[in-house]
Amino acid sequence: MNAILFVEQTLNGLQFGVTLFLMAAGLTLVLGIMNMVNLAHGSMYMVGAYLAVAATQWTGSYVLGIALALVGTLVVGVVTELVALRTLYERDHLDQVLATFGLILFFNELVAIVWGRVALFSDVPQSLSGQVELLADLRYPVYRLTIIVVGLLVALLLWYVVTRTRLGMLIRAGASNRTMVAALGVNIRLLYTIVFGFGAALAGLAGIMAGPIYAVQPGMGELILIQVFVVIVIGGIGSIRGALAGALVVGMVDTMGRAFLKPLLGAVISPTAAEAAGPALASMLIYLLMAVVLALRPEGLFPARSH
Amino acid sequence: MRARPALLIVGLAALAATPLLASLFDQPFYIDLLRRVMIFAIAALSLNLILGYGGMVSFGHAAYLGVGGYAVAILAQQGIHNGFVQLAVAVGGSASLALVIGAVSIRTSGVYFIMITLAFTQMLYFLGISLDAYGGDDGMRLAARSDFGGMIDLNDSTVFYYVVLAVMVAFLYAIHRIVNSRFGMVIRAAKSNEARTRAIGFSPYPYRLAAFVIAGAMCGVAGMLFVNHTAYLTPDFMHWTRSGEILFMVILGGIGTTVGPVLGAFVLLVLEDLLSGWTEHWQIILGPFLIVVVLFARRGLAGLLSGREPHD
Repeated sequence: MNAILFVEQTLNGLQFGVTLFLMAAGLTLVLGIMNMVNLAHGSMYMVGAYLAVAATQWTGSYVLGIALALVGTLVVGVVTELVALRTLYERDHLDQVLATFGLILFFNELVAIVWGRVALFSDVPQSLSGQVELLADLRYPVYRLTIIVVGLLVALLLWYVVTRTRLGMLIRAGASNRTMVAALGVNIRLLYTIVFGFGAALAGLAGIMAGPIYAVQPGMGELILIQVFVVIVIGGIGSIRGALAGALVVGMVDTMGRAFLKPLLGAVISPTAAEAAGPALASMLIYLLMAVVLALRPEGLFPARSH
Repeated sequence: MRARPALLIVGLAALAATPLLASLFDQPFYIDLLRRVMIFAIAALSLNLILGYGGMVSFGHAAYLGVGGYAVAILAQQGIHNGFVQLAVAVGGSASLALVIGAVSIRTSGVYFIMITLAFTQMLYFLGISLDAYGGDDGMRLAARSDFGGMIDLNDSTVFYYVVLAVMVAFLYAIHRIVNSRFGMVIRAAKSNEARTRAIGFSPYPYRLAAFVIAGAMCGVAGMLFVNHTAYLTPDFMHWTRSGEILFMVILGGIGTTVGPVLGAFVLLVLEDLLSGWTEHWQIILGPFLIVVVLFARRGLAGLLSGREPHD
């Protein structure tokens, strides 16, 4: 374990963290405002990734491809909300879990029909490929740095929208007392659709950017979805601030665990035992973290709702 | 609460007659299919105890299926084939696991409960993947089926079928008794109104935890049967979609009804089988079907059959 490796893994953790944040922002708002458990959020991530691959090939331009994919995910999100999810807001969590589980099956299969089950690999555009020398001996991929920057910019933008605009005011009001917001004459259904659509677009953005790093394949949304649930439960449901904090914590813990747990364990117990236990423990680390946080602070680190 | 007894008897008689008919028409496939259905019915029954009667939305019930499966497969690999020993380990293991998971998660409620049960099952899933000695990611073949000392031979497909049927019927009866006992009344009371339950002097927590452990142990038995059925163990026993499937069986059949979970398991698995025989992309039909059931058939199949309003 040396300093260079540590910095590199920190950056990786940051990159994973902002990806989680892009997903968590939409999910936490949908859960906080509409009290809706949406498992299909991971499908938006997958749809974004696929649309980006397809649109980039079709237009031949990376920028245009991304723009089209973002709009496309937004549209898919809005349509899903209008067709299937709208009727679920009044239902209990159990119904929501099951119906959105059905949506996952649908989207995974739809994607498999259109693009096949084989994983697609999308290329990083020329201008973002290659590496940059951050420190002496530390070369880091430009693309991953770009993800970090974009993610942080989006976080800043979200912070501005939520705290400084009228829409953000309504969102915050909806998160703390939606009945009151509706009673004051706000079109809460429209607000729901807007929040859902933009949440989907953010998840799509996460998928678009993750495409060249991970494989684009059916079901890619689910693994990250469960990690995102861990993020918002740790951060506190309905809180953007909590989503950011939770995402960065989970991103770091997961990345660091995978990188350093095995050698650390190897120093304590026998290397062969560490070889077996390290990866297992690393995969379980964020769930352990969640259990600890829930045991100590059941409302998460930054609870949004005031009772 | 009760489905019509006549319907139950007809259903059980049909299940009991299936192996005879299947061998008569030389269609052993149906024995296999229905055995699988009944194993999942056992899992769904156990989930229904805490979900339907206790109001605990566990999104991690596949964990106990996995523990039951791993208990048998690991013991078998170590050369311990005695079915009674395996049963004791499977039940003990899944009950202890349920005790740990329940003790933590029952303190929470709502979304947090759903997420924490899911999180625990994810941990076990990744643990299963990393157990390289026991197949890791790819899984491993079951060395030999559980051996119940010559009386019962699980390698005989028909015998195994009747074993599963007997376990299912026993569990149906056990759950019926549990739900209508004083213990069951407290569980159901805590579901419909926790404040009143406390007011009349019951603390729901220990009752809920006990129900959670019973359900886990029952599902552990399902896991033991399932690994004997497939003769192959993979971490997918504990995959979160498996938990979703069991959850859906309960809802489809009718949450909080005696036989609902059995109906749900039957319809879902037979439907899956038919659809997958028809098209490779059967999930694109199953997904919307699931949504439609949730949106429009709120009382499930048992509700449709009995035609009465559920009262809770």
